[in-house]
Amino acid sequence: MVPSDSKIQFDQQGRLRHFLTINGLPKETLVQILDTAESFISFGQREIRKVPLLRGKTVVNLFFEPSTRTRTTFEIAAKRLSADVINLSAARLSTTKGESILDTVRTLEAMHTDLFVVRDSASGASHLIASHLPEHVRVINAGDGRHAHPTQAMLDMFTIRREKGGFKGLKVAIIGDVLHSRVARSQIHALSTLGVDEIRLIGPRTLIPTEVETMGVSVTSDMVEGLSGIDVVMMLRLQRERMDGQLVPSEQEYFNRYGLTDDKLSYANPDAIVMHPGPINRGLEIASSVADGAHSVILSQVTNGIAVRMSIMATLMGGQEDT
Amino acid sequence: MTKILIKGARVVDPANNFDSIADVTIVGSRIVEVGKVPQGFKADRTINADRLLLLPGIIDLCARLREPGEEQKATIASETTAAATAGITGLVCPPDTWPVVDTPAMANMIRDRAEANGQSRVYPLGALTVGLEGEKLTDMAMLLDAGCVGVSNGLKAVSNTLVMRRAMQYASTYDIPVFLTPQDPWLLGNGVVHEGKVSTRLGLPAIPEAAETVGVARDLALIETSGARAHVNLISCGRSVTMLGEAQSHNLPVSASVAIHQLLLCEDDIGAFDTRYKVFPPLRTAADRQALFEGVRTGTVSVICSDHQPHGADAKLAPFSEAAAGIAGVDTLLALTLSLTVNKQLPLSTAVAALTCNPARVIGVDRGHLSVGANADLCLVDPTEEWILNDESMQSRGQNSPFMGKQFFGKTHMTMIEGEVIFQDADRFPG
Amino acid sequence: MKQIPLEPILATMVEDIRALRLDQPLIIGIHTGGAWIATQLHESLETNSLLGTLDISFYRDDFSRVGLNPKVQSSDLPEPVEGRHILLVDDVLHTGRTIRAAMNEIFSFGRPASIKLAVALERPGRELPIAADIIGKTMELETVQQAKICRTDSGLQFEIVTQTSSSD
Repeated sequence: MVPSDSKIQFDQQGRLRHFLTINGLPKETLVQILDTAESFISFGQREIRKVPLLRGKTVVNLFFEPSTRTRTTFEIAAKRLSADVINLSAARLSTTKGESILDTVRTLEAMHTDLFVVRDSASGASHLIASHLPEHVRVINAGDGRHAHPTQAMLDMFTIRREKGGFKGLKVAIIGDVLHSRVARSQIHALSTLGVDEIRLIGPRTLIPTEVETMGVSVTSDMVEGLSGIDVVMMLRLQRERMDGQLVPSEQEYFNRYGLTDDKLSYANPDAIVMHPGPINRGLEIASSVADGAHSVILSQVTNGIAVRMSIMATLMGGQEDT
Repeated sequence: MTKILIKGARVVDPANNFDSIADVTIVGSRIVEVGKVPQGFKADRTINADRLLLLPGIIDLCARLREPGEEQKATIASETTAAATAGITGLVCPPDTWPVVDTPAMANMIRDRAEANGQSRVYPLGALTVGLEGEKLTDMAMLLDAGCVGVSNGLKAVSNTLVMRRAMQYASTYDIPVFLTPQDPWLLGNGVVHEGKVSTRLGLPAIPEAAETVGVARDLALIETSGARAHVNLISCGRSVTMLGEAQSHNLPVSASVAIHQLLLCEDDIGAFDTRYKVFPPLRTAADRQALFEGVRTGTVSVICSDHQPHGADAKLAPFSEAAAGIAGVDTLLALTLSLTVNKQLPLSTAVAALTCNPARVIGVDRGHLSVGANADLCLVDPTEEWILNDESMQSRGQNSPFMGKQFFGKTHMTMIEGEVIFQDADRFPG
Repeated sequence: MKQIPLEPILATMVEDIRALRLDQPLIIGIHTGGAWIATQLHESLETNSLLGTLDISFYRDDFSRVGLNPKVQSSDLPEPVEGRHILLVDDVLHTGRTIRAAMNEIFSFGRPASIKLAVALERPGRELPIAADIIGKTMELETVQQAKICRTDSGLQFEIVTQTSSSD
């Protein structure tokens, strides 16, 4: 059964039309996206780095929450597919006064937008937008509140597959602030769909959401126990504003327990890879020597981001017109 | 004085432990006989009520009419009319209007407007603290004189425990019922859904069970020491039922109510950010729903209310955490409660009591029963008639209901207050 | 179903290609049928030219109608195309749209000196002004028929099948 949060992502023919959450997407869809991304990777080396797939289409990057990095990769991806790209970083009033999120979207839709890439601080914002647009308009979730960041998770999966050759038998640890992390939620869905062996969450109880075990993960607060035998270490960003003394006592104590150092990493498998969605807080969640070290694949994650986002855009935009 | 004879209905009157086919005779505003027709009674109007249920008029212990302050959403006129079509003869309204009902003038104004409309009666609750700000006590005795049936701080917690204690002590001086919706404000935070698997999956700010149970524990301790007559409104957790049951077993003067949707829905219904299911207190687990139902069945939770909250169309068109909470519920209160009696899950008399005599007792009005000599507040209901809730059948101005499009059994055919017909189904009673 | 062996067709093509006297051509086959034929030609020609393949999925003009090919392969060109003579190879030339896409893709890698087109089977029905330089065999097919290259135990051969639904 398709979980309710996923139904809206498919059209009546069962084709993927929105990319809002990984929860509920079949394994074949995820593999297809990764495969297509693989063939886009080589485009970066060509003289003309563009393919004409989205020629004449309009992509609007609608960012209600600032993020230059993510917005830029979406922009490059859309431009390499030959789309016209409009960037809109709008502040949104989260009250009933002022222009509502749907007013903004409908105005842009009236200007013949074909694809919205949406970032918002409220969980479910992209679901809301997708459910109020005409049939032919696509939506990609570029991060909604604490809910999902599915394109980031897909580029992580792409990186893992390139580094590890696949997912079977892998043991993965996700470390840090899972509670506030949309990336972690999407990673968990993607990893379990693609069939890794085990997913462990590591963090203090204040940063681990209630009943997260229902998502098919185990939880520990001990880095040594959690990292033992691990193939993939996925670090999460700990925002400094969480350091208000209520969730975590201090930066020192957090780094002491959960900061990824060479010493702690030595408990993982010798060929383990270390990932981070960026931007990195060096010395808070990860030591510089690990972030820049031999196990780190953090820079390839950034490179892969463009190909994966091209793949997702091409997957959603193809085959729309029925014959 | 008008004489009315209602013939052949199944009369369900839990206050008198009565459930039988009987003729009911009414003279003026009063019931004069239930059972046989008095000799020589000449009815001005005879109502054939074969196969219908005759119930005491429903008293909804928690309904927001949006007037004054939010007339764009609903008005006293629109909502009392909607309530009347659904068998409701009395509506208890929280004081969180704009302005807040913290002065006798506001209470009078609301009652006057309701009376002028001549539909369901409106029983205002007065504010517990001035402006609901949790700092200064209101003129409770004068609010009582102005027709308030209790005092309440709405959904705003009184975080200062000393203020709460004094408010309860003061209310107990005049035996004013204190309506509570216990919440610990810090645990509540900016939460919008129950803390559990759904909040975790959807990444929504969560309200832990403890937000309610800590509040209930505190308030029960204050009830015990202040002697206030308290009503815990809108509970959502199974643990709260246990705590209330324990308090009642020690004869603490505390009653409780639950919103009907809490007995039928749970967190899983939220699906993918479906804002129609956003309510406060939040929908909790299926186990909580079951425990609340047991609370109603065993009488710990003696009242079922609608927690009616009509909204305009755009209030729910926002990301979940920003969408308005609440369901417009007067239209469906009776039908949904009757649905709990299917397969004898809940005895019909318990269900009817939870809508009639029990809420009447909470607010201390001599209504909600069909005793001889009582006010003829009643409704006639066809328990088997099928209907669908849609924008046409829904009478409340708020169209926000997760039950939209659903099929119901149990349709009100007539509603009467003090012998006056305030609503009758035109198909069944033409002319 | 009609079968046409590829052996004689290839022989004709090899002869004609030799006659062109191309200067160190880069032989590029279009996925999938064209790549098979290019490999065969490359062997028969016994040249030291390099062999490349092209997957034109990202350049097709029916993307918005039929979507992405689920099995996109990466294009693999062993040498830069800049300034090179190219021999572009495909199995069937029909509407000309595949060749248009292939030329666009080649230009995304750089500017070749020239492109010659070699096809095993040419059938009428051009929708674009495109003509082949080397033609193995010309054949008229009905609209509902399609020529597909297949691998069998006795080598490659064409199979003429009747389409049930429209594609391509």
